[in-house]
Amino acid sequence: MPALRYPDTAPESTAASRPNFDFTNNKAGIQAVNPNLTRRRFIKGVIASSVAAASTNAGLRAAGAQDQGSGTVERLVSLNINGRVRRVDVLPQETLAYTLRYKLGLTGTKIGCNRGECGACTVIIDGVTNYSCSTLTQSVRGRAVRTVEGLQAADGTLHPVQQAFVDELGPQCGFCTPGQVMSAVALLEENPRPTREEARQAMSGNICRCGAYDHYLNSVMRASGQSS
Amino acid sequence: MSDYKHIGKDFTPPDLVGKVTGQAKYAEDFRADGMVFARLYTSPMAHGRVVNIDTSALDGMEGVVGILTADDVPPVEAPNAPILTNTPTYIGDPILAVAAVDELTAEEAIARIRVDIEPLPFAVDPLDSLVEGGPDAREEGNVFARSREGSGFRTIKWTRAQVDEFRAGKEPTGEWAAEWTYGDLAKGFEDAELVIEEPFVTVGYAHMSMEPRTAMAYWQNGTCYVYGSAQSQSFWMPGLARLLGVEVKDVVLISENTGGGFGSKIGAYPMAALPGWFSKKLGGRPVQLRITRAQEYYVGSARVGFQGWLKLGFAKNGRMTAADVFIVEDIGPNATGGDASSAGGAISLVYDPEAMRFRGVPVLTNTTPRGAQRGPGQNQIAAIMAPLMDKAAKALNIDRVEIRRINAVNSQTTVEEDQGPVTSAYMKEALDKGADMFGWEAKKNQPKRSGTRVRGYGIGQGYHSAGTNGFDGLVRITPDGKIHLHTGVGNLGTYSYASTMRAAAEVLKCEWDDCVIHRGSTEANLPWASYQAGSVSIFTQTRTSYVAAMDAVAKMKAIAAETLGGSADDYEIDGQRVFRVDNPAQGMSYGAIAARAIQLGGAYSGQTYPDDIHEITQRSVQNVAGSGLVGVAKDNLPREGVVPGLAAAFVEIELDLETGKYDILDYVGIADCGTVVHPQGLAQQMKGGAVWGIGMAALERHVYDPQNGLPANIGYHQCGIPTYLDVPSVTRTAAVDLPDPQNPFGARGIGEPAMGCSVAALTSAISDALDGYSFGRTPISRDMIVNYVAGNSQSFKPLQTNNF
Repeated sequence: MPALRYPDTAPESTAASRPNFDFTNNKAGIQAVNPNLTRRRFIKGVIASSVAAASTNAGLRAAGAQDQGSGTVERLVSLNINGRVRRVDVLPQETLAYTLRYKLGLTGTKIGCNRGECGACTVIIDGVTNYSCSTLTQSVRGRAVRTVEGLQAADGTLHPVQQAFVDELGPQCGFCTPGQVMSAVALLEENPRPTREEARQAMSGNICRCGAYDHYLNSVMRASGQSS
Repeated sequence: MSDYKHIGKDFTPPDLVGKVTGQAKYAEDFRADGMVFARLYTSPMAHGRVVNIDTSALDGMEGVVGILTADDVPPVEAPNAPILTNTPTYIGDPILAVAAVDELTAEEAIARIRVDIEPLPFAVDPLDSLVEGGPDAREEGNVFARSREGSGFRTIKWTRAQVDEFRAGKEPTGEWAAEWTYGDLAKGFEDAELVIEEPFVTVGYAHMSMEPRTAMAYWQNGTCYVYGSAQSQSFWMPGLARLLGVEVKDVVLISENTGGGFGSKIGAYPMAALPGWFSKKLGGRPVQLRITRAQEYYVGSARVGFQGWLKLGFAKNGRMTAADVFIVEDIGPNATGGDASSAGGAISLVYDPEAMRFRGVPVLTNTTPRGAQRGPGQNQIAAIMAPLMDKAAKALNIDRVEIRRINAVNSQTTVEEDQGPVTSAYMKEALDKGADMFGWEAKKNQPKRSGTRVRGYGIGQGYHSAGTNGFDGLVRITPDGKIHLHTGVGNLGTYSYASTMRAAAEVLKCEWDDCVIHRGSTEANLPWASYQAGSVSIFTQTRTSYVAAMDAVAKMKAIAAETLGGSADDYEIDGQRVFRVDNPAQGMSYGAIAARAIQLGGAYSGQTYPDDIHEITQRSVQNVAGSGLVGVAKDNLPREGVVPGLAAAFVEIELDLETGKYDILDYVGIADCGTVVHPQGLAQQMKGGAVWGIGMAALERHVYDPQNGLPANIGYHQCGIPTYLDVPSVTRTAAVDLPDPQNPFGARGIGEPAMGCSVAALTSAISDALDGYSFGRTPISRDMIVNYVAGNSQSFKPLQTNNF
């Protein structure tokens, strides 16, 4: 198995804390890091027209120009991710989804829309679900961030929510699943025995294009110890 | 079907745990040493001609490693979508790409490039192009027709009076480009007690797969390695090789997981080939292209829209005597049509009219490209037909379930244009089971109105052909006793890559825990397999699993006979042993047989193989030859007729007449997909299909600004993707579970009918809640309901599409 590469990372964590990637099909040093760089329009407070969006893709130019002038924010920061402290070089306007995927190699967090619509990037920050695509990494300094990679026990045992998702065949394509899992975990930590309707409301920030909602709700109810 | 060890039983697909832990790898989760990032410059105009590209601002820009334009990639024969273009035909059409050391730099570079585009006329509504003097979406013409006689661009114009008459609901008199008919149509309408004649519209809408499609590619020793987001696996290879300009043997496709496809990733698409061309230009350096959500809307494909006219004749007893349908098909700028004719075929199969005619004209528009989307054609027409069947039932005083039973397809029905047979069909049984589960008899006579809230009960029927044949199967047993199941089926999220391989385990009578599935990469030695689409996988790939496993069984018996004496017929298998029928103690384990197969060589271990298998399968067999006992065969089993996937749905809604909002109180979906192979997977498809039907019935549509051709809804919520709160909390499903005689296990597919029955049940229920009024349109938005109830005119003119 090739060594993982975490660009721009000053690793403090142990190798054991890193995600256990499967490189069965890897060729030529393929590495499971992910780039994602679409910048947030909310940073600029600008609502771009669809034409502008079409021609520039994400309106990064202004954000890029801003970068050059920013020197007041400390860039080498400590982040508490899944109970481990990670030292990362973070740009002022960098989103948490980007940091997780691109710099920490935590590619379980998915980016479906990068604009706070779909929930595929859901993580738990201090016990509350957040869209990591719409959260600035600088804003989570000193806070506890949990991602889907942090749920499994050290011996590989799945979190009860993950196990319920497996038992109920929750996912279809699976791209939204990590976000759905994180929303379910946060719900059950706050409300261990929700009604199905409460679960439906709590999960409603997570879109599933495959339409696996029924199976996901069954999974949540099973994880809460209630028959679905 | 309790005799089966694996078929009909739930199991944990091997990719499932990775999906809940985040370890499952999608295309954008891979990275290679030295990889650079590409971003797209897409057209800001609906139709135009690039006259100049000025990249001088990039000269010396740090981090930029290359630019790829249309001149760097081979032209693609129109109207197929090009990789990059100098004549963009829709907003979002990719014009060029920039590669840089990171995406930020690539984006910055894109923003600095100046592209001058000369605008050309454009059309966003087919009727605006069809009318005399109207704009053409492409310079080659405004229609692309394909038929058995030949395909090509045409220019077809109707007079303004013809368009106006069509809008007024009259039978179209303008020119059409495709036609088929069977039976005596005139007599069918003469015999009719009741004739219903209605115009209709189904607005197209985006696939919007969750994963913005990504591809990464590099070249190594003349081979192009592509990490793609693919709906199919082996089936992608010929098209991908063609797009890359190489032979199939020189491409490796890695696609372990795909974040949704729904028809938009059946075969290799241009964006999957772009990184390969870019990498070639950069001397083989790895290039990854990850597109944005908006770009997924642009290049991610959309459903074909319909503007049509239907005339149906019914005898007094409810039998459909004739059906006449005319469809103007919105095929976007690139697609080559097909939905409309499929819709005609679906009318024929689901309602079995005694005579029928289809006519259609596929019109090009400068909207997002169209492609197959879950039940392409069948599901649009299902939505339109359901309220009309209700209308006929009411006029003829027949129960709404009964009129569907009277016309239901069965195993003896002859269907579609050619009036050929079906392999089997149990629509009547599906309707009966659904009516029973739903409590139709009790519900249909309940009081409907309570204040401003009114109940509506709907019945829907879905169909898609659900099986084909002629692909290959490959299984292998190694000396350690492991059974290796090689599958070229893609991983779309239906788990059929695994469930179809359980058919091989069934034949081999082995434990599932001793099976290893090989998939997800060309280098996993996969056989040629069907497209993972069109609801075909279950029927088609259980057959390939069957023939490969049967080949393995025959070889194992032959080896046992050669080793232990007697003839192959003296042997049987079970418990992962081959043993003498007359003396079960005498036998060999699968592992021992595999070791012996290696010693014996030849066909036993894949040194030789049948000459009718596909070149992809041949290479895979060559690679695994000598590693164990190899079972490999092409599916030459007989198949005659259409393999129908069928479904029926019943839905109860409560509609608020003041707001147009409704809640779905109950949903029952019944599958007629032959023998159930994977119960949990089937339930997933039926329930996911229900969600898609809800989206199509009420929420999802394209909206374009007709003045500038601008798309108004490129995000999830703007597109109206159903959320948890748009769908019922509980969806009930079941299956007829009667075997199809042309599949060794009796199985057929279901993915698309699962949606068709849903959208039809919804339009039927809304109509029922409004005393039988039919909007003849999808989606039926809340404002349409409010306008109807208030007696106001609608915000669109008749037959208007792709607009507010």
